[in-house]
Amino acid sequence: MKIYLKIWRQTDAGTPGKLVDYELDNVIPHMSFLEMMDTLNEQLILSGDRPVEFDHDCREGICGQCGMMINGRAHGPVQHLTTCQLHMREFKDGDTIYIEPFRGAAFPVKRDLRVDRSAFDRIIQAGGFVSVNTGQAPEANGIPITHEQAESAFDSAACIGCGACVATCKNSSAALFTSAKIAHLVKLPQGKMESEKRVLSMVAQMDLEDFGHCTNTEACEVECPQSISVLNIARMNWEYTLSKVLKK
Amino acid sequence: MDRKTNTSTLMRKTLMALTGLFLCFFLVIHLLGNLQLLLPAEQAKESFNGYSQLLSGNIFIKIISYVLYASIIIHGVDALVITLKNKKTAGKYAMDGRAATSKWYSRNMGILGTLILIFLVFHFKDFWYQYKFGTLPMDEFGHKDLYTIVIAAYQDWWYVLFYVLSMFALGYHLLHGFFSAARSLGLYHPKYVSWVRNFGKIYSYVITFGFAIIPIYVYLTQHVVWN
Repeated sequence: MKIYLKIWRQTDAGTPGKLVDYELDNVIPHMSFLEMMDTLNEQLILSGDRPVEFDHDCREGICGQCGMMINGRAHGPVQHLTTCQLHMREFKDGDTIYIEPFRGAAFPVKRDLRVDRSAFDRIIQAGGFVSVNTGQAPEANGIPITHEQAESAFDSAACIGCGACVATCKNSSAALFTSAKIAHLVKLPQGKMESEKRVLSMVAQMDLEDFGHCTNTEACEVECPQSISVLNIARMNWEYTLSKVLKK
Repeated sequence: MDRKTNTSTLMRKTLMALTGLFLCFFLVIHLLGNLQLLLPAEQAKESFNGYSQLLSGNIFIKIISYVLYASIIIHGVDALVITLKNKKTAGKYAMDGRAATSKWYSRNMGILGTLILIFLVFHFKDFWYQYKFGTLPMDEFGHKDLYTIVIAAYQDWWYVLFYVLSMFALGYHLLHGFFSAARSLGLYHPKYVSWVRNFGKIYSYVITFGFAIIPIYVYLTQHVVWN
C-alpha cells in the first residue's frame, strides 16, 4: 500500500506548527497504525530528519497513552478503539491520512502529536481517591457489596484516561473522564462516604483546567476505547446538584 | 468553578435545563390553546377570543407569564455565556471528521436556538404586542378579536412557510433539548433514561407537527371576515 500523510509538526509549545506532507510506500495492511508511524520515523531518521513524536506505551489498548486525531476522528475511524489497536487495513491504497494531535484549551501541544494531559492528573488529585489509613490489608469480605454493584463500579473505573472524549467533544469537555471517576467511587461503599466533597472539588478542578461544558452530544461515548457510558455524566450531575444543595 | 462569577459549568447547564423544561411545559399549554383554531370558524372565533380574554385577565396566568419571560431571557443569556466559553475551550482541527460521532442537531443547539429567537421576535410583534398594546377590533361577544388577527396573518404563503420552518427548528431543538435537560439534571437510571428519551421524541413530534399544522390549515381553509 502507498499512503499519503499530512502530519502536524510542531517544535514546541511556543512555536506555531503546521501540517507536513509525507509519502510512505510498502505499508502492509496488517501493520498497526503505530507501526506505520514507526516505519515513517525510520525513514525520517535515515534521511536525517527529526522523527514525528507521539505518545505510546503498551500498544495493546490498555494504557491510554497513544492518541491521535486521524482524519478528524479520535483514535481513527473505528469506534471504541485506541490508536495502537487500529490497523492499516482500515485504509485503502493511495489514501491521504490527516494526523493531528488531540486538541483542546486544556491539552496544550508539547511537540508534534504529543499533548500535555496533566490536567487529567490534577482532576484525579482533586478527589479521585478514597482516604484510607495504611496498614494491614482489611478483610476482603468485611464490606458487603453485590456482584452487580462491583461490576457497575468497574465499568466506570475502566477509563484509561486517553483523552479521546475531550478530543472529540465539540466543547472539549472533560465531563466523561471526570464523571467516570466520580461514578466509580460513589458506587462503592468505600467511596460513597466522601462523595459530596469529591464531586465538588473534582468539578471545580475540571473547570479550572479550561475544559468546556458538556452539551450531551454523546460523541465521547462513541469514541471511548472503553465504551464508558454517558450515564456516568448524568450521575456526576446528580451527585453535584445534590452536594450543592446539601452543603452546609 | 469560575472564581469571578462563582458558577460552574455544571451549574450553568442545570440552569439551561430548568429554564428549558419550563419552556417545554409552556409549549404544551400554548399548543392546547392554539388547537382551538382548528375548530369550525365561528366556534373557533368565540372559543379562541374568550380563551385569550380569560388568560389576560387572570393574576395567576400573569405570574406565570413573568416566569415565562424570565425563562426565555435566562435561557438565551445562559446559552450565550456557555457558547462563548465553549468557543474558547474547544479544539479545532484542520481535518474534522467528528460529525460522524453525534447528531447534527445536538451540535447546533445554538444556531437552532437563534432561529427560534428570530421567530419569537416576529411572533411577539405580530400577536403578543398587538394584543397587549395594539388596538384590536372587538368580536360580537365583546372580546378582543385576536382570532381574526391570527387568521389574517396566515393568509400569506411566505408567512406560513416561515412559521412552519421555524417549528422545525424548534422541533430539532426539542429533540435534543428535552433529553439533554434530563441528563443535565442528573437522570442516570438506565430504565428512566430510555423512557425520557422516547417520551422526548414523541413530545418533539407532537409539538412540531401540532404547531405547524395550524398555519397550514388556516391558510388552506380560513379567510378573513372583518367585523
